[in-house]
Amino acid sequence: MSKSLKLITDPLNLNNPITVQVLGICSALAVTVKLEPAVVMSLSVLFVLAFANVIISLLRNTIPSRIRIIVQLVVIAALVILVDQVLKAFAYDVSKQLSVFVGLIITNCIIMGRLEAFALGNKPWPSFLDGIGNGAGYAIILIIVAFFRELFGSGTIWGIEIVPKGFYEFGYVNNGLMILPPMALIVVAVIIWVQRSRTTELIESK
Amino acid sequence: MNTNGNLYTFIYASVLVIVVAAALSFTALKLQPIQEMNVMNEKMQNILASVHIESSRDSAHQVFEKYITRSFVVNAKGEEVQGKKAFDVNLKQQYKKKFENRELPLYEATLEDGSKKLIIPLLGKGLWGPIWGYLALDEDYNTVYGAVFDHKGETPGLGAEIAKKEFQIPFTGKTIYDDKGELIGIEVVKGGKAAAKSAEEYDKHGVDAISGGTITSKAVQKMIYDCLSSYKVYIEENKK
Repeated sequence: MSKSLKLITDPLNLNNPITVQVLGICSALAVTVKLEPAVVMSLSVLFVLAFANVIISLLRNTIPSRIRIIVQLVVIAALVILVDQVLKAFAYDVSKQLSVFVGLIITNCIIMGRLEAFALGNKPWPSFLDGIGNGAGYAIILIIVAFFRELFGSGTIWGIEIVPKGFYEFGYVNNGLMILPPMALIVVAVIIWVQRSRTTELIESK
Repeated sequence: MNTNGNLYTFIYASVLVIVVAAALSFTALKLQPIQEMNVMNEKMQNILASVHIESSRDSAHQVFEKYITRSFVVNAKGEEVQGKKAFDVNLKQQYKKKFENRELPLYEATLEDGSKKLIIPLLGKGLWGPIWGYLALDEDYNTVYGAVFDHKGETPGLGAEIAKKEFQIPFTGKTIYDDKGELIGIEVVKGGKAAAKSAEEYDKHGVDAISGGTITSKAVQKMIYDCLSSYKVYIEENKK
């Protein structure tokens, strides 16, 4: 497999930021009640991560090492505010649902982690791919979690009723627990379980 | 080049911050009109929804102009305050003031059949943050014609359900004054009719609370009562 392709595919499975590195859990719990905000959140993180990676990579030789964390934060914060402002202008309803969580992308460990670990030592193009890969790895988990939580918690997918009316007449009830944050942890844990049992590389030797 | 010198570090940090600040202020200023339009249109949509008129975000402005025939500001004595635009009144600031000093907005909608509805803006505290809404009254200023509620951050699936039609529709037809002419608002009853103290009272003034969203439901009840109290004088002097 070519090196650049690996940059994108690795974080999807073997090096997934959420299920393997267990980063960015906070937002994975908070915004996955419904599919739509989860997708918008994923896209926002993807955008911020890819461009923060590129910008830091371009600046990497000029950044004074003593203030590199601050420089990273400034770049991330600027991009996040940009995303927040654009959402407020063009996707007002979704930005209302995401409310504070867009702002909290700044503290998302995945982003700082990738900047420190990758962008500071690599050229812009690989950094961009790394950002896309990790963003997508984050996105895929968020979307899976949100899919199950919305389906079982509200009986809808993307706001469209999916559970037939007849089910409710036979006594089927949406599971209110799915909507609460603890179930997000459990769903993430189940995903980790499934992933670990199917991927031999991830099984630790005894 | 030495990138670790003090001077270099200072200059680097300053330039970076200035560039970022300039870029962000520029986008914020450019996008501000669109963002304000969104907020304004949403408010109009909410006001219209309280008299059961659906509008899209784009059409909200025109529809609002058509149906909302009068908007005005009243003070605690029930007198109209001249020279203030109801739409621009900041409810939060007004409710922070003492009861006597409040100047609160009111809207009047004229529907297709010529009937006039009084629309009262509401603002209160939910479980996690502010909740707000609009309550439309029939011409007797007693019977509820419609109600909409919204919230900042109530629990999705639980308290957040106050923003759904299922919760709002039962308000229609309820009355806010009891038989003795005392203002009582709308009671949000946990468990619905079966759990209400008196089924007769429930039919007149009660709606079903949201299971799992008791605190938010009660907050809606309190909000309606508190806000109506502020308009009490106006309502009682002008009702037909």
